[in-house]
Amino acid sequence: MASVDTSLHFDVEKIRADFPILKRKVNDKPLVYFDNAATSQTPQQVIDVIVDYYSRYNANIHRGVHALSQEATDAYEQARIKIQKHFNIPNAYQTLFTSGTTHGINMVASGFASILEAGDEVIVSALEHHSNIVPWQMLCEKTGAQLKVIPMLENGTLDMQAFDRLLSEKTKLVFVNHVSNALGTVNPIEELISKTHNVGGAVLVDGAQAAPHIKADLQALDVDFYVVSAHKMCGPTGVGMLYGKEEWLTKLPPYQGGGEMIDQVTFEKTTYAGLPHKFEAGTPNICGGIAFGAALDYMNAIGFDQIAEYEHELLEYATSRLKAIDGLRIYGDIPNKTAVISFNIKGVHPYDMGTILDKLGIAVRTGHHCAQPIMDFYKIPGTVRASFAFYNTKDEIDTLIAGVERARNMLV
Amino acid sequence: MKSIPEIQQEIVEEFEMFDDWMQRYEYMIELGKSLPLIDEKYKTDEYIIKGCQSKVWVHADLNEDKIEFTADSDAIITKGIIAILIRSFSGQPPQEILDADTSFIDKIGLKEHLSPTRANGLVSMIKQIKLYAVAYKAKAENS
Repeated sequence: MASVDTSLHFDVEKIRADFPILKRKVNDKPLVYFDNAATSQTPQQVIDVIVDYYSRYNANIHRGVHALSQEATDAYEQARIKIQKHFNIPNAYQTLFTSGTTHGINMVASGFASILEAGDEVIVSALEHHSNIVPWQMLCEKTGAQLKVIPMLENGTLDMQAFDRLLSEKTKLVFVNHVSNALGTVNPIEELISKTHNVGGAVLVDGAQAAPHIKADLQALDVDFYVVSAHKMCGPTGVGMLYGKEEWLTKLPPYQGGGEMIDQVTFEKTTYAGLPHKFEAGTPNICGGIAFGAALDYMNAIGFDQIAEYEHELLEYATSRLKAIDGLRIYGDIPNKTAVISFNIKGVHPYDMGTILDKLGIAVRTGHHCAQPIMDFYKIPGTVRASFAFYNTKDEIDTLIAGVERARNMLV
Repeated sequence: MKSIPEIQQEIVEEFEMFDDWMQRYEYMIELGKSLPLIDEKYKTDEYIIKGCQSKVWVHADLNEDKIEFTADSDAIITKGIIAILIRSFSGQPPQEILDADTSFIDKIGLKEHLSPTRANGLVSMIKQIKLYAVAYKAKAENS
């Protein structure tokens, strides 16, 4: 099968050389890393930034008058501006650092606890990650608001007609992911946002799975909140971003109390600091934030259009080869999706498939992908999920296909 | 009746015949097919072992002071692992089961399944088997 990547404009071997981890072996086999939707790998350029931070200017930010603190503060704030520009956010102070997507979602959910009232309605989609379901369930329990679910269709997309029926003037919030983590479906968020705004509701979009593939223009989307994680886009774990419209960020109360988020503290009353510090209590993941900025620099230097085009090529190649395997079913096989393939082979448990693939040095994700409602919909215990990044190759896909066939022969 | 260490040694020797992981896994899958299957009526949430990506059910009966285990799983490799465990523990007195160690799993080249963080639940299976032994031992002492 194809052994050479034909994309002239995209030198994948040069890109692969940036990722030291891709050289390692697993179970004496060259690593084939297809679990990018869980965590992407880190290029040397980002690793260097992390090493440089701890080697030269590790210090606490925003408070020291000494040189190291100033350097660290500058680098951290520069990273914030990089993230702001990347997502076309109006102001740096609307670009909040978080510990990741889950943290960002919880910040908004907790803020809305003081806004929602009994009788209000909150809508989530059936395609959500548990982290975008549980916080809203907790919020609804606390406030007496009602949780409604946009159902999914057999092809892995949202039932938008059902969404239209769920919307009403009671709808205060809609939570939906930009891209489904379990299936890769790209959701019609433009439509969801404009329709929700028409009834006066706000929308939070979980961009964790979209951000590595799609450069979202948050002003053009007119979205109220958008959350991402750095570790899905070549950055480190434990850091992410929450964007909020200024009116919302001003209105929502702080998420947690502590240093950085205060203006004046007396035992009678504390006044909160302005944005973004109101939401950034305590010492943040300073190095992580700086490295997140470096990761965006790295990906932008390659170019998101190039990345998307190349990944789509990988997706189409893998899809056509997997479909040729007897008894294999792909869930959510639709044109508009990111480079994620969720599949099962008739009579093979995804756990068994994942175990054999691991022995062959191939890293995939198996299980319910923290999206149990989707698995319940298809009445399956889980799937095998192969998710591709721009540093993967068609050769690696050939290795996966051979591995899947070998496992199938062992297991069926 | 062979003792638990004797049975475990027997399993280790069987696995030593294979040169590579693939043959070992194939043998494990074979062993899974000989697993004494749990009665369908026990395949309920009450008998399910938590901590597994696949579903595992284990049931135990006391038969003349010895514990007989039956089990099942929806994943074939998991079924093989539980078959190996049950072969080593079934038909043994509770105290013997409680005293037994499980390092033979490492010796048969399945070390990766022993990690407590691995989602196959092997550690939970062993714990459940030992819990049955504790329960039947207590029952025997009280009666």
